[in-house]
Amino acid sequence: MAFNATLRVSEETATVRLVGELDVSSAPRFNDLIAEAAGYKLSRLVMLADELTYMSSAGLRCLVFAHQKMPPGVEIMFLGAQPDVAETIKLTGFDRSIVLQEASER
Amino acid sequence: MTGGPQTRLLDERIDSYATHQISGFPVRPGRPLPFGAARVQGGVNFSVYSTHATGVTLVLFQRGEGQPMAELPFPPSFRIGGVYAMTVFGLDPEAIEYAYRIDGPFDPAAGHRFDPHKVLLDPYARLMYGRESWGTASRYPDSAPYRAGIAYDDFDWEGDRPLCLPSRDLIIYEAHVRGFTRHPSSGVRHPGTYAGLVEKIPYLRDLGINCIELMPVFEFDELDNPRRDSVHGQHLYNYWGYNTLAFFAPKAGYAATGLHGMQVDEFKNMVKQLHRAGIEVVLDVVFNHSAEGDERGPTLSFRGLDNCTYYMLTPDGRYYNFSGTGNTLNCNHPVVRGFILDCLRYWAAEFHIDGFRFDLAAILGRSPDGTVLPNPPVIEQLAHDPVLRDCKLIAEAWDAVGLYQVGHFPDYRRWSEWNGRYREGVRRFLKSDMGITGELAMRMSGSADLYRTRGPAASVNFITSHDGFTLRDLVSYNEKHNDANGEGNLDGDYSNYSWNCGVEGPADDPVVRALRDRQVRNAFLILLTSWGIPMLVAGDEVGRSQLGNNNAYCHDGELSWLDWNLVRENSDLFRFVRCAIAFRLAHPALRQIKHHDAEDLPERWFPAVSWHGTMAWEPDWASHNRLVAAMFYAFDGTSHDCVYVAANSYWEELDVELPRLPADAAWRQFADTSAMPPLDVHEPGREPMLTGQSHASVAPRSALALVAGHVRSSNTFHPEERELWPSMPRCG
Repeated sequence: MAFNATLRVSEETATVRLVGELDVSSAPRFNDLIAEAAGYKLSRLVMLADELTYMSSAGLRCLVFAHQKMPPGVEIMFLGAQPDVAETIKLTGFDRSIVLQEASER
Repeated sequence: MTGGPQTRLLDERIDSYATHQISGFPVRPGRPLPFGAARVQGGVNFSVYSTHATGVTLVLFQRGEGQPMAELPFPPSFRIGGVYAMTVFGLDPEAIEYAYRIDGPFDPAAGHRFDPHKVLLDPYARLMYGRESWGTASRYPDSAPYRAGIAYDDFDWEGDRPLCLPSRDLIIYEAHVRGFTRHPSSGVRHPGTYAGLVEKIPYLRDLGINCIELMPVFEFDELDNPRRDSVHGQHLYNYWGYNTLAFFAPKAGYAATGLHGMQVDEFKNMVKQLHRAGIEVVLDVVFNHSAEGDERGPTLSFRGLDNCTYYMLTPDGRYYNFSGTGNTLNCNHPVVRGFILDCLRYWAAEFHIDGFRFDLAAILGRSPDGTVLPNPPVIEQLAHDPVLRDCKLIAEAWDAVGLYQVGHFPDYRRWSEWNGRYREGVRRFLKSDMGITGELAMRMSGSADLYRTRGPAASVNFITSHDGFTLRDLVSYNEKHNDANGEGNLDGDYSNYSWNCGVEGPADDPVVRALRDRQVRNAFLILLTSWGIPMLVAGDEVGRSQLGNNNAYCHDGELSWLDWNLVRENSDLFRFVRCAIAFRLAHPALRQIKHHDAEDLPERWFPAVSWHGTMAWEPDWASHNRLVAAMFYAFDGTSHDCVYVAANSYWEELDVELPRLPADAAWRQFADTSAMPPLDVHEPGREPMLTGQSHASVAPRSALALVAGHVRSSNTFHPEERELWPSMPRCG
C-alpha cells in the first residue's frame, strides 16, 4: 500500500497523519515532514497512526529521528497504532523515544 | 562551522554514480573493505573474498522469492587482490536478499571444492534469510537455501555501555534463548525469543545473577539434524545451535520480529535492557567448525568460497575433524583470524556484548596442519585486540580429540577457562568418592595449581553446564538415559560422576528425595563459596530435570525447556540459591583477586584461606576422610570479612571445632543444607548467631556455611553489622 503523510500545525501542536506502509522508500518523506515541523515552535508532535499498516526497520528509525529533531520538552505522541505496528515498536525498544498509544487504548 | 550548504557538500560523495551497467543494474567498482554488504550513498556495497576463485557473481533476490531476480558477474576490474567488490545503485536494502556464486577448480586433493551451481551465503551476512521462523522449513529451493540481508547498524542505545563488571564479581547464568521462555508456563507474550527473555529480567534480578551466557545465537539451522527420536518417532532438531551458518547474524528464529527482519534491533534491545538491570551478556561462540560438515556435507558458504583457506585439510585434501562434527575451521590462517576478529569486534561494538565463551577453544590453538602451537596467533590477537579489551574471554579449553588445556590454555593474562577439573572434583566429592578432599580444597580455593599466576578469576567454576546432566539429574541418575536421541544411548559422556541417591530416576521415597534436595544444596553452596567465577545453568536453581538425558542437544520440547512451574514448586530451592548468590556478592572473602595473601597487615585475623578438620586448623587429607572445612578471609584495612564452610560427604554426622574468632566477633549461621527450609538458609546480613561458638555439627552429606559477625546476644539483624560486608565494587 502506498504511503502518504501530511503535516498540519495548529498553535503549538504539529500533527502528522500517516497512511500506508512506512518503509525505506517512504521514510525520507516522513523525515522531511518532521524536519519541517521542527521549524515551528512546538510543545507537542502528534503522529496519527491509525491508518499506518506497516512499519519496517527504516520506519522505526523515523521515530528516533523525530525524537532527535524535536527540541527538548516537546512531547512526541504516536497515537492509534494498529496492534502489529505497536508490537513491533515495543519489541525492538523504539517505544522509549515516544508516547505510544495503541488503537485499542483510545 | 555551522550547518547548511557546506555541511551538505561534505555529506555527498563524488563517486556516488554508476560507471557500468551489469545485468541491468547501475554499478561501479566497490570498496573492498569492510567485507559484507554495507549501505553507501545511493546504493549497497558488496565485498567478498576468495583467493582461488576464477569468477564471482553477485546473486540478487527479491525478498522471499525462490529464484534470483538478477545475477551480476564481477568484472576483472572490480577485483583488488583476492577481494571482489561492487557497489550496486538503486537497491532497496529492505527488499532484497543476496548471495554469491563462485567459480573455480574442483580439485579436492588440492583443497578446492568450487561449485558454480551452488548459491553461497556471505560469511559476513548481518542478516540471514531462510530460517526466519523457528522450526519452519525454508520456502527457498535447495539450490539457494540461505541468503544474506542488509542490516541497519544504527540503534538508539540511550547511552548504554558494556558494564565492565570485574571478573571476580561475576555470577554467570548459562541459558538457551528459546528454552528459557518457550515453555507455556513462562507466561511471556513472545515465548522463546529475545523479547521473551527481556520479560524475565525481573526473575534474573531476583535470583541475583549478573551475567547471562547465551548458548549460540549466531544463525544456525535447527532443522539440519537428520535423526529421529527412536522412542517417540519425532523429528529431532539441532536445538542447541552449535552449527553456525552466519557468524555475524543474530538468529531470526529467536526473534519475535524475525519475520520482519528486525532481529538485530530486538537483540540490541535485549542487551540494552539486560545492561539496564546490571546484567552482562556473554555469547557462546563457535569458531571451531561450521555447519558444512565433511566431504559429505552441504556446500553452503566457506566450502564454496575458498575451501582450503577456511578449513584445516589433510595433505590429501580431506577434512581434519578436531571438532567431532566433520570439519575444523582453520583458525590460525591469517584470513580466518581476520574473520574471527572482525566478527567479535562487530558483536562487541555493534551489540555491546560483554564477553565471549569459545566452544572447543583448544582448536584455536592449532596450526593449519593441526599441530598445537605454543603461541597461537588468533588467541594472542583476541587477547590484545583494542576493541575487545574489556570483553571477557572464556575458553572451553579442550577439543573433541583429546587436547585438554585446562590450566595451560595460552591465556596472555586475559583468558579465563571453563574449569573442567572443578566440575569433576566437586562431583566426585558429592558422591563421596574417597581421596578427593585435597582435590576439592584445591578447586574451592581457585585452583592455584592451575591458575596461580593468573588469579582465581581465571577459573570459571561449574558443576553442570548445558552439556551433560542437569544438577537435579546429577543426584538422580547413575547412568545417562539418551535413548530419545536416536543413537541407541551411545551418545553423550560416560564419565558423569553422578550418584542417584539410591534410586535411578524419579523417586517417591521421601528419604531419597530429601537426600537429593540436600545434595543439590551442597553443590550450590560449594559452587557459590568457591574462589573463581561461578556458573550455573538456567533451571538448576529450581530443580530442572532432563530425565537423565545428558546430551539433550536435539530436543526442542519439554525435555529442554525451562518449566516455570518449577519456580513455584521448588521455591525453597530457589530461595536457597538466591541467598547463596547474595551471600557471595556480600563477601569479598569469597571473591579474591589473587591466590596468595594480600598485604600482610598486622590487623589481619587470618590467612586468606585456611583449612580445618574436625579440629580447627587441623585438616585431614587422608584418603578415607570426607570432610573439607575452609575458612575464607579478607581484610581491606578497615573491614574484616570471614566465611567458614564445612562440607561433609561422609554418611555420618561430624562434630567440627570452629576456628576461634577475636573477642568482638562471633560465628553466625548462613546455611545448613541439612536443615529443613526455611532454616536451610538465612538472608545475608540476617544470619542468627550460633548458640555454641566453639563447635558445630555437620550432618551426614551436608554442608554448613558460617560468617563472622559482631557479638550480639540476640539473633536479630542489626543494620550496623553490614559494615563487615562491603557492597560489591563495580568499574566505570
